[in-house]
Amino acid sequence: MTNQNESLLQVRDLTTTFHSKGRVLRAVDGISFDVRAGEVLGLVGESGSGKSISLRSIIGLARDYGTVEGNVYWKGEDLLTQTDKQLQCVRGSQISMIFQEPMTSLNPLLTVGLQIEENLKAHTDLDRRARKARAIELLDMVGIPSASSRLKDFPHQFSGGMRQRVMIAIALASNPELLLADEPTTALDVTIQDQILQLLLSLAKDLNMAIVLVTHDLGVVAQTCDRVAVMYAGRLVETGSVRDVLKRPQHPYTLGLLKSVPENMPPRTPLYSVPGTPPALDALPKGCAFAPRCHKAEDVCLGTKPPLSVLGDGISSACHFTADIREEVLA
Amino acid sequence: MSSLSYLVSRLLQIIPTFLLVMVVIFLLVRMLPGDPAIAMADAKATEAQLELIRQKLGLNEPLVMQFFYFVKNTLSGDMGTSILLKAPVLEVIIERIPVTAFLTLYAVCLSILIAGPLAFVAALNKNGGLDIAIRSGFQVGLSTPVFYIGLLLLTFLAASLRLFPVGGYGTTFLQHLHHLMLPALTVALYTSAIIMRNLRSAVIEVLDADYVQFARSKGLSRSVILGRHVLRNAMISTVTLLGLSIGNLMSGTLVTETVFAVPGLGRLMLEAIFARDYPLIQGLTLTFAVMVSLVFLFTDMVQAWLDPRLRLS
Repeated sequence: MTNQNESLLQVRDLTTTFHSKGRVLRAVDGISFDVRAGEVLGLVGESGSGKSISLRSIIGLARDYGTVEGNVYWKGEDLLTQTDKQLQCVRGSQISMIFQEPMTSLNPLLTVGLQIEENLKAHTDLDRRARKARAIELLDMVGIPSASSRLKDFPHQFSGGMRQRVMIAIALASNPELLLADEPTTALDVTIQDQILQLLLSLAKDLNMAIVLVTHDLGVVAQTCDRVAVMYAGRLVETGSVRDVLKRPQHPYTLGLLKSVPENMPPRTPLYSVPGTPPALDALPKGCAFAPRCHKAEDVCLGTKPPLSVLGDGISSACHFTADIREEVLA
Repeated sequence: MSSLSYLVSRLLQIIPTFLLVMVVIFLLVRMLPGDPAIAMADAKATEAQLELIRQKLGLNEPLVMQFFYFVKNTLSGDMGTSILLKAPVLEVIIERIPVTAFLTLYAVCLSILIAGPLAFVAALNKNGGLDIAIRSGFQVGLSTPVFYIGLLLLTFLAASLRLFPVGGYGTTFLQHLHHLMLPALTVALYTSAIIMRNLRSAVIEVLDADYVQFARSKGLSRSVILGRHVLRNAMISTVTLLGLSIGNLMSGTLVTETVFAVPGLGRLMLEAIFARDYPLIQGLTLTFAVMVSLVFLFTDMVQAWLDPRLRLS
């Protein structure tokens, strides 16, 4: 049994840059975090904050498009130094990934049965018959009715929610220890979203699988995650347990995100939104990337990037004025 | 919808196409300038002799009746007698079909063999040196007229190096392969340029598709990803284009078969046109229409086989 505090995945100083027409886009800017066995870590941020690229960088899918630096330790091995061929043994078997768009993430020309079985063929010794049995078992497990008769069906014969279930079945085929979930519910109806999240959580618990859940929805984080990491313009601005971060955010950006969640509001109240827009990734400011939108910003913020520093309580925050924020929340 | 009923419905769609083709052929031939009776008779024929020929060909009947006879006879396999060759049109055509079919199929196979691998290499090295070299090479093939490439190949490979015969068809399968190598290659250079460009961009697009990223995240080997996930999806649009190019390619046999002295339908068509051999022109045009329709039918079947969304919707 793995120690609960022992890290399964250690991401250190992960930096992903893209080069396009002479410009350098820094999509992920030196992020570090750990994922412990069996925990659910939420990676939160606005569109374009680098969440998805971070996931893809971890599993080696981003390096075909850009430069990935830093270290990603998985069981003592740095995944970033491994070749695609070496990564094949990790991908899909130890670390799996599910994508945002169930409509486009399944191959439209292949039956779902084949798409499950090719994972099993790559990572297990099961023969044809056993693979089929396992495929049925998986479809059953993710809640697809009359699973055995649906193996021969093609993706377009399933609804969006069902396709997301199929994708989960494929990703879990070889019992991974870590699931990277890239906004798995964003493209779904609200009612289906909840079902899929509950399914993911119960499967993670049953299989003792850790999840990194990328989302822009703090409501989802509150419901599902153990810990949360908030990303802004490619950097982590705050990490900590969900309870601490949501109750007492240390970073003005996290606070802004929390304030913009419409909850328990009287009708016709204007919704809060963080003023301004995120900076362009090829023109990041010298200091704190959030400073131009931050009402607390002072000269120091414009000149110096605040490091992510531990504040106690397991919370880390990257802000020059964390103490003031705390007061503001408590006030 | 099952595959069989798809095939049947697709076959039924051909019937109106044929009717339309027959109307067009009939009218086109009658709009050609010149009097076929004069072409048939020798120069010293009297007006009475010409009139006799016109009567024999039914050229004096009203157009509607001529069309009616045309359809009726064609359906019963009687396409008349070639003025030029003095033999039944159907017989002449059937004799030549294998040559053109062989040449076309040969050219298609060569196109696929040339374009397929190079498209993949180019796509996987997108904007790299290899990609640019491959694309520039095909650009030359695409912008040079077919007959000119044919003449170049003839001059160097056939006349100077004597690697291939300058014309003819041969009698055995291997001889066919040998004799038709240059004409097939000539046509294939053009067709493969089109296919390569299309397949390359299709592969590039599919490589970025979510389902390919998902397939990679499953830890599948590169060969499975490229063969099963990328190739099949990229082929869908290319198959359509290939079908269309085969149509082009068949009309291209008029030039190719003439340059390489291949006794096929294309050369026969050219001869028939010069001789104002109405029955033969009609028969050949209809044959080409049938062949092109069958190619399109086959293309659709391949697409339905590739893409379940087409056959199951």
